[in-house]
Amino acid sequence: MPKDHGIGARSKRREDTRFLTGKGVYTDDMAMQGQVYAVMVRSTVAHGKIVSIDTSAAEAMPGVLAVFTGEDFAEVGGNPAGWLIHSRNGEPMREPKRPVLAHGKVRHVGDAYAAVIAETYAQAKDGAEALAAGTVIEELPAVIDMAAAVANADNRVHDEIPDNLCFDWGWIEDNREAVDQAMKSAEHVTTLELVNNRLVPNAMEPRASIGEYNPGTGDYKLTTTSQNPHMTRLLVCAFVLGIPENKLTVVAPDVGGGFGSKIYHYGEEALVLAAAKKLGRPVRWTAERSESFLSDAHGRDHVTKIEIGCTKEGEMLALRATTMANVGAYLSNFATVTPTYLHGTVMAGPYKTPHVYVNLKTVFTNTAPVDAYRGAGRPEATYSIERAIDKMARELGLDPVEVRRKNLLTPDMFPYTTPVGLVYDTGNYQATLEKSLDLADYAGFEARVAQSAANGKLRGIGLSTWVEACGLAPSHLVGQLGSRVGLYDAATVRVNATGTLSVMTGAHSHGQGHETVFAQIVADKLGISEDQVEIVHGDTSKIPFGMGSYGSRSLAVAGNAMNNAVDKIIAKGKKIAAHMLEAAEGDITFENGSFSVAGTDKAKSFGEIAFSAYVPHNYPLEELEPGLEETAFYDPNNFTYPAGAYLCEVEVDPDTGVVEIMNFTCADDFGNVMNPMVVEGQVHGGVVQGIGQAMIEQTTYDQSGQLLSGSYMEYAMPRADDVPMITVDHSCATPCTHNPLGVKGCGEAGAIGSPPAVVNAVIDALQRGGYTHVTHVDMPVTPSRVWAAMNG
Amino acid sequence: MYNFEFAKPSTIAEAVEALGQEEAQALGGGQTLLPTMKQRLAAPATLVSLNGISEMIGVCVNDAGEVCIGGATPHATVAREAAAHYPALAALAGRIGDPAVRNRGTIGGSLANNDPSACYPAAVLGSGATIRTNTRDIAADDYFQGMFDTALHDGEIITEVRFPVPDKANYQKFVQPASRFALVGVFVAKYAGGVRVAVTGASSNGVFRWSEAEAALSSDFSKAAVDGLSTPSGDMISDLHGSGDYRAHLVKVMTGRAVAAAG
Repeated sequence: MPKDHGIGARSKRREDTRFLTGKGVYTDDMAMQGQVYAVMVRSTVAHGKIVSIDTSAAEAMPGVLAVFTGEDFAEVGGNPAGWLIHSRNGEPMREPKRPVLAHGKVRHVGDAYAAVIAETYAQAKDGAEALAAGTVIEELPAVIDMAAAVANADNRVHDEIPDNLCFDWGWIEDNREAVDQAMKSAEHVTTLELVNNRLVPNAMEPRASIGEYNPGTGDYKLTTTSQNPHMTRLLVCAFVLGIPENKLTVVAPDVGGGFGSKIYHYGEEALVLAAAKKLGRPVRWTAERSESFLSDAHGRDHVTKIEIGCTKEGEMLALRATTMANVGAYLSNFATVTPTYLHGTVMAGPYKTPHVYVNLKTVFTNTAPVDAYRGAGRPEATYSIERAIDKMARELGLDPVEVRRKNLLTPDMFPYTTPVGLVYDTGNYQATLEKSLDLADYAGFEARVAQSAANGKLRGIGLSTWVEACGLAPSHLVGQLGSRVGLYDAATVRVNATGTLSVMTGAHSHGQGHETVFAQIVADKLGISEDQVEIVHGDTSKIPFGMGSYGSRSLAVAGNAMNNAVDKIIAKGKKIAAHMLEAAEGDITFENGSFSVAGTDKAKSFGEIAFSAYVPHNYPLEELEPGLEETAFYDPNNFTYPAGAYLCEVEVDPDTGVVEIMNFTCADDFGNVMNPMVVEGQVHGGVVQGIGQAMIEQTTYDQSGQLLSGSYMEYAMPRADDVPMITVDHSCATPCTHNPLGVKGCGEAGAIGSPPAVVNAVIDALQRGGYTHVTHVDMPVTPSRVWAAMNG
Repeated sequence: MYNFEFAKPSTIAEAVEALGQEEAQALGGGQTLLPTMKQRLAAPATLVSLNGISEMIGVCVNDAGEVCIGGATPHATVAREAAAHYPALAALAGRIGDPAVRNRGTIGGSLANNDPSACYPAAVLGSGATIRTNTRDIAADDYFQGMFDTALHDGEIITEVRFPVPDKANYQKFVQPASRFALVGVFVAKYAGGVRVAVTGASSNGVFRWSEAEAALSSDFSKAAVDGLSTPSGDMISDLHGSGDYRAHLVKVMTGRAVAAAG
C-alpha cells in the first residue's frame, strides 16, 4: 500500500495553494514606500561604438531623478565567470570584463548602456527614450556566425580578443591520440554534423529586482528573481559593487520559473542597488517580455561534428566530438562550465566506448549571453551521442535497440570509471531500456506503422538511452577543474518549543516543490506530521549559506544536508531523552517519533523532548546546551548519475511535413524517489521543454544581429495541444551509493533525454516511408524543414 | 504606451465625427493596435472605440439571404451566431487566436488592418463579400490592396460585412506555430456561379484569389482537380517558419483539403 505521508508519498504540493489562487508573492508584487522606477536603455544594434551620450534631455524630463551610464560603473568590478577554463595549450580563457552597464561599446541587441530612474514607470520610459535620442552609437559590423567569428581576426566582439575565441579546450587531451588511432583502425566510422539550437528560457515571470538602502544603517537589500540568493550576494559584494557581505541582504521570494536563466547575477541587480543608495529610495525594475528575450541568458547553441568508430557489428570503439559553443557577447556566470565540464565529461554516455575525446571551441559573438539552461551541456552531449548512434545503426543495417543493448554498460561494471573523467557509482541501463520498450509496446510498433500508413501517415519510433551527471557537485573535484566556488549546500533545522519545525535551506524553490518534499523528508525521519514542518528558503538573512538550485542539486545536495541536520537533532534528542528517562544514551532508540529505552516501555515523544530543550527544567545543562537547532553542510563526494531510456513515436504527414508525437515513454532511474507525483511533474515539464527544443523553439538572429524571434509572435513555445500524454516510470531504481538519501535528482532529465528521441523518431519515420536520403534534420524539426528534407 | 484621449461614441455618425479629429484612430478589438501602442510603435492622439455602437454589433440574414455581420462584432459572436447560416465562416471565426482574442477582436478591425496572415480576409475574398462602410459598399475584389493596405479612406468605418452564402465552403488553416496566425490559410466556396478560392498567409501581397484553382474547381469540384494543378506562383513570403516554396506547396495541399472537407 502506498504511503500517505512522508518519504515516498504522493503528498500534494502545499505551495500550489498560493500559486493557484493568486496569493504567491513575487518580486514585482511588492510595493515599497517611496519607490521609484528604473528603465534600462538598451542597444538596438548588435555591435557599436558609443560615441557620446547626452543625458541632459533625459535629466530634464518630468519626474526623472537620476541617469546612469557605463561611465558611472567604470571604476567598479565586473560580473565574473564562475569557472576558469584553460585551453589545450595551457593558456587561461579570455575573460573580458562584463560591466554593470556597457561602456565604450555595445555588444548585442539588448545590451544595456544606460538606465533612467524616475518617479513613475511612464516617466522613466519617457526619460529612457529621450536618453536614447541623445545617444550617438556608431554601428560596427556584427559578429554572428561562430565559424566566421573565429576566422575573421579583424572583426572583434572584444577589441582585446583577436579571434573571438574564449578558449580551445580538449577533454581529455591525453585521450586524443588513442581516439585518432581507434578511428583510423575502425571498420566503420559514422560522422554526423548537427546543430543544437539556441533557446530562449522564457520563464513565466520576467526578471525583476528591487534595490533598497538605509542610510541610517548602511544596509542594502536586494529583492530579486534569483535561483540562488547567496551566490548573487557574493557576486554583488565581492566582485561588482564592493559592498561588505554583511551589509547586503538578498531575498528571492516566490520566483516564477528559472530553468537556469535566474542562476546568474545580472547588471540590473547592481544598478538598482547603486541607484537606491544614490537616491535614498527603493528603486525597482521589472523586465518587459521583449527585454527578457533580448537580455536573459539563452541556452544551448552548439555546432558539432561527432564521429563514432565501430565494428561492423556495431560495437563502439571510439567517439570524437568537435564542437563550437556560442557564449554570446559576455561570459555569464556559468557560461564556461556549461559547454565544458557539464558537456565533455558526459560524452561517454551510458556506453562502454573505451576511447572518447572532445574538442570544444567557445566563441564570442554579438548575441545575448548563452549559459546553462535546463540540462546545461548534458542535453547537448546526449543529443550528439544519441543521434550519432542512431545514424551508425542505420548505416550498419542494425536495429538501434540492439546496438544499444550491445554497448550499454552492464550492472556488474559499476562503479565505472569513464574515459572522460567521471565515476558512475551505480545504474542498470538494461532495466530502464527494457522497461521503456515494454511500456511503449515496442513489440506492437510494426502494426501501428501499418495503421498509420493506411491513414496516409509515416510512423517512426526513436530511442534515447542516456545518463547525466548532476547533483552539483563535489567541491574538491570542481575546484581542481576550475570552479571558483564550492558546491556544497546547507540546512538549519530549528525545532520550536512546541515541537513544530522551521527548516532553513540553502536551496531555492522556483517551481520545484521544495516546500512539500523537504517537509516530507524531515517529517518522515522524525515521525511527525508534515504539517509541523515549515520550509524557509530564499532570504540570506534567514537561511544558511547555500548555493541555490540548479543542476538537479536541490534534493541530492541540499536534501542530504537536511537529512544530516535532522540526524543531529535526533542525536541530541537521544541525549535529552537519556537524561529524562534516566537511561544510558546508548540504550535510547528513536522510532516513529518516540525516544524510548530499549527493552522497556519507558518513552518520551519528540514533542516532549523539544519542550524540554526549550524549558530545560529537567535537563542535563551541565553537559548539554539547551535548545534544539542544528545546521549541517553537505558536500557530495561524487556527482549523481540519473539515467533512463526514452521512446518517442511520431507520425509524419508526408504532404506537409507536420510531425505529431503519438506517444512518449520515459523509464527513468532517479534512485530513491521522495514524492512520485512531484517527480512525474518534473519529468513532464522537462520532456515538454525537450519537445519544444526538438520541434518548435527557434532562436534566430539575422546577420546584422537582430533577434528575429524576439516575441511570442515568432518564438514558439510548446502548448498543451503540442504535446502528447507522457508515460513516466521510475521503478527501475538503483539508489545512489554515496549520499544518505540514495537520491539522484530528476529536474533536468526530461530535457536531456527527450530531444534525440524525437528527432530519431522523425528520421525513422522518413526512412521507413522511403525517404532514405534523409539521414538528419536539424532541430527544430519544423514542418518546413521536414518537407524540405523530404523533397531535397 | 504614450498618453492618448479616448472616445467611445454610440452612433456611427458620432464615430465619424470623432475620427475627423487630428491623429484620431479607430479602435476595434485592439488585438493588433494595443500591443503596437504598448511598444510605443503607434501613438494616436485619440482612440475612437467602435465597440459602443450597437448598430455595428451582431449577425443577421438579410432579404437577399446574405449573412450580415456588424463591423464591431467579435469573432466569438460570429462563431456562435453565424453557425446556423454559414458554418464555414463560423468555423473560421472560432479558430482565430484564443478565447481572449475571439472575445475582443472584431471583423471590422481585422479587415481594416488586413494582416497578410489574418483569417477573415480569406473568408471575405473567398465569399465575394461586400464591405459596407459609412459612405459606400466595396466589393471584396476591390477592397484588399496588398499587405496591410485596403481601399478604406482615412476615417472611413467598416459598418457591416455581407456574405453571400455558398452551396459548400471550407477553410483550412495551417498555423504558424508561435503566433498561430495562418502560415497558409485557404478558403474555398462553391457558388452556383462558380468556385472562389482565397489564400491568406502565403503572399507578400496579402490575401489573393488562386484563379487556376477556381477554374479547375468550377468545372470539377474535387480534390483530384486540385491535385492536377501546379503550385501557385507569385511573391510568396519566406521567413523562419517556412520558405516561399513551402508556402506555395501548402496552398495546394490546403486547397485540396478544403475541397475534400467541403464535401
